[in-house]
Amino acid sequence: MNKDLPRWATAFALPLLNLLSALLVTALVIHLLGESPTESLAILINSAVINPEGLSYTLFYASTFIFTGLAVSIAMEAGLFNIGAEGQMYFAGLGLTLAMLTFDSSLPALFLIPVGMIGAALFGALWAFVPGYLQAKRGSHVVVTTIMFNYIAAALMNTVIVKLVPPGEQNPASRAFAAAAEMPRLNQWFPVLGETPLNISFFLAIIALVIYGVVVSRSAWGFKLRATGLNKHAAHYAGIRISKMIIIVMLISGALAGLGSVNSIMGSTHYLSLNFVGGAGFIGIAIALMGRQHPVGIFLSALLFGSLTQGGFDLSLEKQNIPPETVILVQGLIILFCGAMENLYAPALAKLLKLKK
Amino acid sequence: MTLDDLHIGSILVSTVRNAPVLIFAGMAGLFAERSGVIDIGLEGKILASAFVSAAVAFTTQNPWYGVMAGIVVSMMLASLQAYIAITQKGNQLVAGIAINIAMSGLTFVVAQYIFQQGGRTPDLGQARLFDVVLPGTAAVEGIPFIGWVYAHLIGGHSVLVYMAFALVPLVHWIVYHSRFGLRLRACGENPHAADAAGVSVERQRYMAMLIAGFLCSFSGAYLSIVQSGFFLRDMSAGAGYLALTAMVFGNWRPLYTFMGCLMFGFFGAVQIQIEGVELPGIGRLPGAMIQMVPYVLTVIVLAGLMAKSVAPKSLGIPFVKSR
Amino acid sequence: MQPAVEFRGISKHFGAVKANTDVSFAIAKGSIHGLVGENGAGKSTLMSILYGYYRADGGDILLDGQACRIHNSQDAIALGIGMVHQHFMLVENMTVLDNVMLGSEGGFKLQSKRAAVEAKLREICARYRLDVDPLATIHDLSVGAQQRVEILKQIYRSANILILDEPTAVLTAQETASLFEILRLFKEQGKTIILITHKLQEILDITDTVTVMRGGRVIGAVPTAGTTKEDLANMMVGRPIENNLPRAPYNPGAPVLRVENLQLSDDQQVKLLADIGFTLRAGEIVAIAGVSGNGQSELMEILSGMRLPTSGKLEFLGKDLPFGTRSDADGLPRTFRELGIAHVPEDRLRDGVVKAFSVMHNTILGYQDKLKNKWGLLNFKAIAARCDALMKSFDVRPDNHDLRIGLLSGGNQQKVVIAREVLAQPKLMLVGQPTRGVDIGTIESIHKQLLALRDSGVAILLVSVELEEVRALADRILVMCGGRITGELKIEEFDTTRIGLLMGGMHKS
Repeated sequence: MNKDLPRWATAFALPLLNLLSALLVTALVIHLLGESPTESLAILINSAVINPEGLSYTLFYASTFIFTGLAVSIAMEAGLFNIGAEGQMYFAGLGLTLAMLTFDSSLPALFLIPVGMIGAALFGALWAFVPGYLQAKRGSHVVVTTIMFNYIAAALMNTVIVKLVPPGEQNPASRAFAAAAEMPRLNQWFPVLGETPLNISFFLAIIALVIYGVVVSRSAWGFKLRATGLNKHAAHYAGIRISKMIIIVMLISGALAGLGSVNSIMGSTHYLSLNFVGGAGFIGIAIALMGRQHPVGIFLSALLFGSLTQGGFDLSLEKQNIPPETVILVQGLIILFCGAMENLYAPALAKLLKLKK
Repeated sequence: MTLDDLHIGSILVSTVRNAPVLIFAGMAGLFAERSGVIDIGLEGKILASAFVSAAVAFTTQNPWYGVMAGIVVSMMLASLQAYIAITQKGNQLVAGIAINIAMSGLTFVVAQYIFQQGGRTPDLGQARLFDVVLPGTAAVEGIPFIGWVYAHLIGGHSVLVYMAFALVPLVHWIVYHSRFGLRLRACGENPHAADAAGVSVERQRYMAMLIAGFLCSFSGAYLSIVQSGFFLRDMSAGAGYLALTAMVFGNWRPLYTFMGCLMFGFFGAVQIQIEGVELPGIGRLPGAMIQMVPYVLTVIVLAGLMAKSVAPKSLGIPFVKSR
Repeated sequence: MQPAVEFRGISKHFGAVKANTDVSFAIAKGSIHGLVGENGAGKSTLMSILYGYYRADGGDILLDGQACRIHNSQDAIALGIGMVHQHFMLVENMTVLDNVMLGSEGGFKLQSKRAAVEAKLREICARYRLDVDPLATIHDLSVGAQQRVEILKQIYRSANILILDEPTAVLTAQETASLFEILRLFKEQGKTIILITHKLQEILDITDTVTVMRGGRVIGAVPTAGTTKEDLANMMVGRPIENNLPRAPYNPGAPVLRVENLQLSDDQQVKLLADIGFTLRAGEIVAIAGVSGNGQSELMEILSGMRLPTSGKLEFLGKDLPFGTRSDADGLPRTFRELGIAHVPEDRLRDGVVKAFSVMHNTILGYQDKLKNKWGLLNFKAIAARCDALMKSFDVRPDNHDLRIGLLSGGNQQKVVIAREVLAQPKLMLVGQPTRGVDIGTIESIHKQLLALRDSGVAILLVSVELEEVRALADRILVMCGGRITGELKIEEFDTTRIGLLMGGMHKS
């Protein structure tokens, strides 16, 4: 169906129409809840973008979302639907924590941060390895296995976190890391940001986006990645080792999801807590679909969801009837329109364009 | 009775009471997937019907109206999925995930709006479905063991529990011994052969999805009306995915899927009982470890290390007529 | 007596392609009628019209003397026409009984009719010696038995006219003999059979009359008795096939590829390739002629590293091809490419290009690792320039390297694929159906390209179903039928009758 449409239509027009559909449905729901959609939108934009502290939170949330969005995107480029970003990020938190608990009294900040990142990436990759291996070598569908691993991670982390609680404490969380293990916050350089956790992870995320963009569109490996996702037969003809590609992509995907935990933990709480992921893995799916796996699209989508998270929170304080959970609804609608129904408007658009000619 | 007996007894009773959520959803998923459509959206349908059932049951003070309302909502969601999968030929996995996430948010928001109780519905109190007391329960009350089994294990459950258990042989019969089931299976395995034989693949799949919606609603109604008496945020807690797991574990066959559901129900019951209990030789087992077992088992099955789990051949592939 | 089937002036075209032109002949009731022709002769189209899949543009079909309107397969079935396709329409994990009942269950409860249907099936099996257990599951049955299930289905639906499309392609000699016994029993019962085939021995063995088609037309409709295989071969392929393209004198160099005793069996132990052996030298084109489906595709897959053989000796430039002890061919095509084997695949859209990639990206498909720099990155400026030069010299249109290759015509896509492989300067070039789906103007330019390649010393193995192409390009010709090489000729020995015989499975005697 998309073969008839010019590139600009599939890259911009359709996604925009899909996004607008999701937002329109949201506006309708808000209206039915007795609130004004335009007023809500104004509050949201003010909180998430215009207010400097709010913007800081938006970017803070977006930092994590960029990583989970990248994780799902890179797997999608190979034709794999990695639903397990949630579990991979959760398990990565453990890797990060173990590294910090071991080294935070002996290493300076300069080393602690990369060590933490490595711990997170390693554990995230590890959690994605088994589903990747099973898909490559046994044909077990990565969707079902990653969903299973999400639950296994939840159960596992439940047990482990309890063990990490320092004696005498009630909170289900590990002890706090040493001050050296904290990601430098941007309010050091921009006091206007106020007491917000926006930290250098944001720049790490940007760097990750750039690397992703370069690798996927300009490297030989990226070429092979996309060929595998678009046409497995041609990929085999081209000499690509498909099983190796699947496993490696899942490892990278898990590692990227894992890096999302660096922002949440080392950038914010400084300890490992129960369910700290809070749905970021699933938001990554929405971002990957909405952003069409393109670095700019991922960035913009992550900003959108960061705004929704921050703005949604403030909105819920002002409007009783629009709780933060509304953002979850928006997330689902975006996945629906940008993912499942992405070609909904294609025939209409094709007709429109033909009429113009 | 000793303390030990109580434990095992409670576990068995809990198993029977945990299973229906999975059985209804599992049978629903079975119909959908046997026709060739992936139904990852069970979770969302369960949540939606759980909320609507509880809300309507409370408002009308009649649980059966609640159940009917749940059926309507679930079937509407199933129609959307069917439209996406069959007519739009869109990505069925994404559609299911989208519905799950959207319903997670929407149910909370609407519950909050209507009832103002932090995203839950008020307690149903008396407006819950009745428990079935089997005839002659009082008579056998005195008999050790058998009396207990009759009164508490076999009898004394909600009517929906009996419906769930009765559903299994019914589904088995429909799938394997009825015309509908034959056509259903053909559409899932080789839709081209079904098409060549004059069966409308699209119509068959739509009907399968609607049945899935219908059956899945009972899972939600059971959760909110029978098990808890109210709707709570995300109360399905992965039951939709567990039901799918049971189905994969059961090789897409009704009876084995049922056994998978019982297994999950069993582990769920054991998990609660085993907290803090000292086991000989092993010590204390954290409940979370038990919780993990069914998922790990499924991964093992998926890896083909235990029996081979074979999905319907055309599962997930939109049907396009070849001529 | 009225003929069972009569075609009068049937015509059918698909776009510019005239699949059937003025086809007229009759098939007598209670006979076995053969329908013979090469690829593209029009036999499948004609039968699809009879079975209701297509509607003829012009002409009439008469059944039993009555003009009929057949709009879909349900109509055909109602008129007593049954068809056994090359790809069976069976649900593998169900029983024979279930497969037969599908679509005509006769009630909500299967049980009510099951016993009756089972009894009827057993009776039919006994009468026609079909040797099929109605309660057997399809995937437990051999391919031959599955085919008999398809036949059983047709008889159960009271078919009086049975069409079989290349039925022996998947059968062993034994199973073929059994099949023919069954067909003879049909004939005795007064049923009519149409047998589509390209194997001449089958025509002689079992048919009463035969129609030979070529280029969409009927060349001859004759009784089998009194026809020789040479007559058939001549009718099937006989036409003046001239070679007009200039080439350097035949002067083959050292052997590049040596194949000995190559065997390939599939999971069901069906022999796809048997005892294949030949040598290919530098600077020569060896063409493998034959109707498609006789093992040529599999041979190409093995030689390009896309598939593993079951056994055999394969030597490239004096060394054994590195199949090694692998369990699958994952990644193997890369090794072969690096050795100097290039491949223009038969199925261009499935194997040869990535439709969503631009032309530029497709020009490096398979060579992406050769072109990367030390950082692993690809220099797309250079690749674009390379692509532009390539598009110019091979005359690829439209002249835009950013276009999605799926938007190009088949001919232009093929030019890109060939150019890509030529640019790699291979020692051996495997070319499968290079002009399939390609317009006439491009065909000639592709042929010229291949000849130029040969003149420069590359060894070329060509697989083609088009005899014109074989004539134009080959130095030597190997003919394949039934997974074997049935014969070999030098280009000077090119003789359509001889080739027709070899294509039809008649070995040199």
